[in-house]
Amino acid sequence: MALLQRVAERGRRVVRFVLDGRPVEALEGDTILTAMLTNGDRLRRSEFADTPRAGFCLMGACQDCWVRTEDGQRLRACGSFIEDGMRLVSEGEWQS
Amino acid sequence: MSAAPHTLLKPVIVGAGPAGIRAAEALVAAGLRPVVIDEAARWGGQIYRQPPEGGFVRPKSALYGFEAGKADAVHRAMATIRDRVDYRPRTLAWNCEERALDLLCDGATEVLPFSHLILATGATDRVLPFPGWTTPGVFTLGGSQVALKFQGCAVGRRVTFLGTGPLLYLVAYQYLKAGVEVAGVFDTAPFDAQARAAAGMLRDPATLAKGLCYVGWLRAHGVTIRNNVRPVRVEGGERVEALVWTQDGREERTPCDAVAFGLGLRSETQLADLAGCRFRFDAMDRAWLPERDPAGRSSVAGVYLAGDGSGIAGADAAEAAGERAALALLEDAGLAFAHERAATLDHKLARIAAFRRALSAAFPFPDDWAGAIADDTMVCRCEGVTAGALRAVATTGQAREINRAKALTRAGMGRCQGRMCGAATTELLARALGTGPDGVGRLRAQPPIKPLPVAAEPASGGSAS
Repeated sequence: MALLQRVAERGRRVVRFVLDGRPVEALEGDTILTAMLTNGDRLRRSEFADTPRAGFCLMGACQDCWVRTEDGQRLRACGSFIEDGMRLVSEGEWQS
Repeated sequence: MSAAPHTLLKPVIVGAGPAGIRAAEALVAAGLRPVVIDEAARWGGQIYRQPPEGGFVRPKSALYGFEAGKADAVHRAMATIRDRVDYRPRTLAWNCEERALDLLCDGATEVLPFSHLILATGATDRVLPFPGWTTPGVFTLGGSQVALKFQGCAVGRRVTFLGTGPLLYLVAYQYLKAGVEVAGVFDTAPFDAQARAAAGMLRDPATLAKGLCYVGWLRAHGVTIRNNVRPVRVEGGERVEALVWTQDGREERTPCDAVAFGLGLRSETQLADLAGCRFRFDAMDRAWLPERDPAGRSSVAGVYLAGDGSGIAGADAAEAAGERAALALLEDAGLAFAHERAATLDHKLARIAAFRRALSAAFPFPDDWAGAIADDTMVCRCEGVTAGALRAVATTGQAREINRAKALTRAGMGRCQGRMCGAATTELLARALGTGPDGVGRLRAQPPIKPLPVAAEPASGGSAS
């Protein structure tokens, strides 16, 4: 279930991407963090504690929102925007 | 410093918030063309952060409330000088040495030499750990505001607000206004702190009135507000289900799906450190800050400091300090500058500093918190280091200061470089060593100050070495 709740700015163009193999939708101008957390309740599991993480500061300081793409690229979810066709992963542990 | 022709000056400003923009404006007015480096895609900083371009429709009155006029003025100031500055959005300054910055933009690195540097690097929330603070649904107060302002999202359907400082009430008010259920505002400050500080806060009646308006609005809408609160734990493993808290020894449980949390702000000082600036311990901010004179000069010639990045004073002070630092730069470069304007800004900054002292008395740092953190509570989010591990290296005599504790435990060594755990680590070590937060040393910055992608290459081609 979604962690973030949209309360405004719902009239933007729909962006389609893939989250954990499932096709989902976000809106243009969403960060990857917003796109993932309006479709789920975590960004990844911590590589040290095996606990779910969903970001914290949302302004590029805490570095707790790094996510993976299916092909292994790492992105800071609060500072990168969602794009059509992105394939993102929130399941499974990180190999660090 | 001797007079130099304008063309030989290469002033660089880091940060495009209120301080950086006002600094750029003053340099442009003097005929200079500064480089303005900013991590964000659009100017405004955190406080006046603009939504992404394309499709966002809320007016500034909805985004910034009472501060809409100021936000708009700062945004317009930058728009007006846009063609006369070398503006570099989406760019991280990740190192500073030998009068040059290392930059990263869209995966490409670049070395940017400067003759003068104005650091307007801003601040983020100061936090201390409590059980469950890494649970999805716990966000900083600033982050919760970013979600709303920048993305039109709330961090939950039923949100509790925990911590202290003006942002606690502001963000709770903004959430309530946006139609989100505010499950409670839990202030760590004692009940009478704000009342006792009221006289000092009357130095700035407009700001005091805004604060009272937020509290009044929350109360009028039936929102629970409690003082002298300490968190016990966040319940829910995979996501937030409730906040358990105590007030005067009584434990209560508030069901919620999100917690917005912060204990005032902490300065982003890493670049000043790498630039070689001398630091001093500031008792009010409980932090090591780069020294600056009233005009913003650091201990390093040609390096200037403005805004919350070198001591917390808020957005109005940042605007004044940015302009003042630019005037100091002009003076030091032997160029004409407006003496009267400089004096006006000095006076304004002194007045805001007095107000800020009252504010810090109204929202005091909870200095008993760190001592009460249980040994199994995670302090370092990046590397999963517990309070017990940190206490152990102190009590066994292995670490007498924070950098040694970092080397032994890895707290502060992870991706955030201590931005989130630095305050807690300092307070924990100080308690364990029987000293104050000024007695455990200063966590030193390391380049890169934020993680770089492994594939980053020089922008001009050539080898990456």
